[in-house]
Amino acid sequence: MAVQQVNAGESKYAESARNFRSNVKRDLANAELRGNFRGAMDYLMDKRKNAFPDSDELETLREQCKLIKQRCLAKLPHLLEQLEDSLTKNGIKVHWAETIDEANGIIAQLIKDKNGATVVKGKSMVSEETALNDYLEERNIECLEADMGEFIVQLAKEHPSHIIIPAIHKNKEQVADLFAEKIPGFERTNDVDKLINEGRRVLRDKFKNADVGITGVNFAVAETGTLCLVENEGNGQMCTAVPDLHIAITGIEKVVEYLDDVPPLLSLLTRSATGQTISTYFNMITKPRQQDEKDGPEEVHLVLLDNGRSQAFADEELRQTLQCIRCGACMNHCPVYTRIGGHAYGTVYPGPIGKIISPHMLGLEATKDLPTASSMCGACGEVCPVKIPIPKLLQRLRQESVKPKGDGPQVMKGQGSNRSTIEAMVWKVWSLMHSYSTIYRMSMWFGTRLRGLMPAKIGVWTSVRTAPKLAPKTLHERVNARNKHAAKKISKQGNQHGSR
Amino acid sequence: MTILNSQHLRNYPVNPKKVYLYGTCLADTLFPDSGIDAITFLEQQGIEVIFPMGQTCCGQPAYNSGYQEEAKNVALAQIKEFPLDIPIVILSGSCGGMMRHHYLDLLKGEPGITEFCDRIYEFTEFLVNALKIQLNDKGSPEKVALHTSCAARREMGVHITGQKLLAQLDNVELVVHKNESECCGFGGTFSVKHGDISGAMVNDKSDSLVEADVVRYISADNGCMLNINGALEYKKEHLRGEHIASYLLSRVNDSTGEG
Repeated sequence: MAVQQVNAGESKYAESARNFRSNVKRDLANAELRGNFRGAMDYLMDKRKNAFPDSDELETLREQCKLIKQRCLAKLPHLLEQLEDSLTKNGIKVHWAETIDEANGIIAQLIKDKNGATVVKGKSMVSEETALNDYLEERNIECLEADMGEFIVQLAKEHPSHIIIPAIHKNKEQVADLFAEKIPGFERTNDVDKLINEGRRVLRDKFKNADVGITGVNFAVAETGTLCLVENEGNGQMCTAVPDLHIAITGIEKVVEYLDDVPPLLSLLTRSATGQTISTYFNMITKPRQQDEKDGPEEVHLVLLDNGRSQAFADEELRQTLQCIRCGACMNHCPVYTRIGGHAYGTVYPGPIGKIISPHMLGLEATKDLPTASSMCGACGEVCPVKIPIPKLLQRLRQESVKPKGDGPQVMKGQGSNRSTIEAMVWKVWSLMHSYSTIYRMSMWFGTRLRGLMPAKIGVWTSVRTAPKLAPKTLHERVNARNKHAAKKISKQGNQHGSR
Repeated sequence: MTILNSQHLRNYPVNPKKVYLYGTCLADTLFPDSGIDAITFLEQQGIEVIFPMGQTCCGQPAYNSGYQEEAKNVALAQIKEFPLDIPIVILSGSCGGMMRHHYLDLLKGEPGITEFCDRIYEFTEFLVNALKIQLNDKGSPEKVALHTSCAARREMGVHITGQKLLAQLDNVELVVHKNESECCGFGGTFSVKHGDISGAMVNDKSDSLVEADVVRYISADNGCMLNINGALEYKKEHLRGEHIASYLLSRVNDSTGEG
């Protein structure tokens, strides 16, 4: 599941997203993996449900948070400038990166300027997006993941399979096997507490000696210049307090206008994600270490990444994609994600949110199979804390994906790349047939008469099901016959009345 | 489209005497019994039912595949067939969601589109909220499960009305099955375009219905039934689904409903 970059200048995830179909086959066949996901998703759905006992409160909060995010997005360019001003005043340096290469370059340079050799990282999906670990390792900078789940996937040379719980695809036995193989002197145990303690022991040593701490950001407050970081293990706090250099990296959509915007968003985030009323740690970073302070980094930097976000921003409907606060509830409730797991998507962000955001990052050509891989069941939209209409956006991406080239304005990279002449023709014919009821009724009449010729095997449908059975007569015909029968009865009665 | 439980927000016709029936394309060629049974049942409630012969399909397959224009032409052709200002009762939550919610987006700006969409009622929704029906169960005691389609559940709120109707049947015990609110994996073209994933989903759904140990499962959506019944038959299970229109008709008429 390690992902390799194939084309220069392209994210390594583009190629793995192109392999979606073979990834799906591989992971559907893995019974243990499917069991791990089913168990974990059932658990997380239950946790979320219990965290919102009052559905009216939930709906009010969702509406409020949707409006907060929509307000902040509507003012995005202005808020980003305001954020930069506030942070600069606080002594935090802001860097802008349009592409993942730019972001990685900025970070590597910052580390080099500080003569850094070892990095500890708190959990950051944006740094996964830029494949920062690979980039730094190629430059001989050791980069250690400090979040327990991230630590496990790094040890296994894998990628996170879930945006909140990166190693959710592994059960405790698999983690124990991994530790036994990779950590010298580890005594094999399936005891979860012991496993975590072992991981912590390894990580503690690294914290003491690290030159640089890298983290993500959950909310960046424009008003006050505050970087908010939600976490459960204290590793985020270590990364932002122990090393001399702290680099935070995040997407431009994480900016919020006011400090007052944070509490409702935070409350909804932790409850939607893991069912926690609040996370164990919540860090608010405003300044580097001040003169009279005993800890904290000498320097704090924020790298703000675009990587396709401004493409989504430019379209009013697709902009809603950027409302996401990365809680993962959509994947927890997704029947497709539950079946195939997070790696099959091949993208950094899996699940429903991955299907709507990855096309902006990687283009619709590389991600062409993602928008269609949904039964449109709507479970994701139902639980989304900021009310992103995910099914509607999937439908929109399907449109963009099959749009004839040169038809209308260029909305996104890879637009129209999934259009096939044959499929377009099929829908044209289908449309004609269903727009003219005479043609439709004739076709259905013939279809039902020829039902004996219906093959018993119809492609992938009959690999787990029997073939559909056409009725001997259509509903149209039967209603017609019924009406005629009723009319006859009435006219008979009418005649009787008349003769009386 | 935002997910909404539309039943709380709608006004329902009071004492309706005449309705249109929208059969759907799946009922037309695969499950015509459900259509005939729905008509018979509504007529038994004293309602005149008009079935326009020009109706074909709501256009959802093309719409969900990203072919807007193709879907739009089909949708416009449907609207023409229902000119009277009376409720349109539809035998599927999925097609209902399409016509009630997605038409607003697809046919934005068309004259009368809001009024048309406002006339769309899913069958069980109509029975409970417009007719305020009281059922008199004449069938023998049995256990059933209920599968509501995802569109019915999340766009139309029909899982509630389905439950309410079954609860009115004194001799019927409704058994909740595992992961009841989860999709059966049909999703129209999804079942063909991503057959592996769809297959894994319907396998799990049919297993959990079998585990519920019921004599039949009831559904208001023929699409889901096509999918789940196909999987059950493939596994050589006896369990089958029945459309709620047919089921209600048989329960209130002591299993001698016309068909």
